[in-house]
Amino acid sequence: MLNIYEFYDKMERNNIMLSFKGDITSELLTSVLQIMESKLDTLQEEPKIKKKVYNVLVECLQNLYHHLDEVAQDQNEKIRSAIFMIGKIDNSYNIITGNYIKNSNIEGLKKRLDDINILTKEELKEYYKFVLNNGEMSLKGGGGLGMIDIARKTGQKLNFDFAPVDENYSFFSLNIKISQ
Amino acid sequence: MEKISIEGTPKTPTITFDTAKGFLEIKGRSIPENSIEFYKPLVDWLEKYSGKPQSVTSVNIQLEYFNTSSSKCILDVFKKLEAINKGGSAVTINWYYEEDDEDMLEAGEDYQAIINVPFKMVLVEE
Repeated sequence: MLNIYEFYDKMERNNIMLSFKGDITSELLTSVLQIMESKLDTLQEEPKIKKKVYNVLVECLQNLYHHLDEVAQDQNEKIRSAIFMIGKIDNSYNIITGNYIKNSNIEGLKKRLDDINILTKEELKEYYKFVLNNGEMSLKGGGGLGMIDIARKTGQKLNFDFAPVDENYSFFSLNIKISQ
Repeated sequence: MEKISIEGTPKTPTITFDTAKGFLEIKGRSIPENSIEFYKPLVDWLEKYSGKPQSVTSVNIQLEYFNTSSSKCILDVFKKLEAINKGGSAVTINWYYEEDDEDMLEAGEDYQAIINVPFKMVLVEE
């Protein structure tokens, strides 16, 4: 049986403020954003850091939302489930997300993230403007700008991993750090 | 044409468009998952307005937060305003940002670099 205390202790030691596992809906995101906003207020964060954390959180969570929409046709309930955690260690906020990804989509995503990770601050700004002005927008509104925006706002490399699951799927994780 | 408005929600901004005064304001938060659907009426109103605009059109953008999904739609709105500006109405876009919110100021400058309409960056004191 799952030892819930061990689980709790692990989260406590990692200073997890909020975590969720399951289906990502629009209503869930509204609630989570409201909870996080009031937590940031309670912690009396400077408006600057509060805005950055909130903005990056919106992009991370909406990435999950749009991604799950893509795999929604999959009959397997498990595949549509995702996880996210928000924690604060020292003066940095950490946003960790995880979701299933089709193995056939790994290469494209990996290339996109690697391409973003080699850019300097100035290049990211130019790339953002280019995609904003020229990029195709999907019907759901995901314009391919999310990851560029996260990299730009955090000023850090996108830290990601693909853990193999089976012949069709892997588990993609993204670990975003926002330092003050 | 008349005065058109959309009431804000936790994820979408308040929009006021007074066509008789040539005044458009977008204020609040713009973080919907599906922003195309949200911005479509505004883009349509601007299309209509572009047929018979006022001699001066003033636009206030005062956003606290906006997501990347909205950023494309806001660009579409600005492209309509660019066409209106070319068509004889003097358009000004007032982009509001709060002190310390460099990200919001930079976002305004990004649009300024893309759109051929006079921008004014307006600092909001907290």
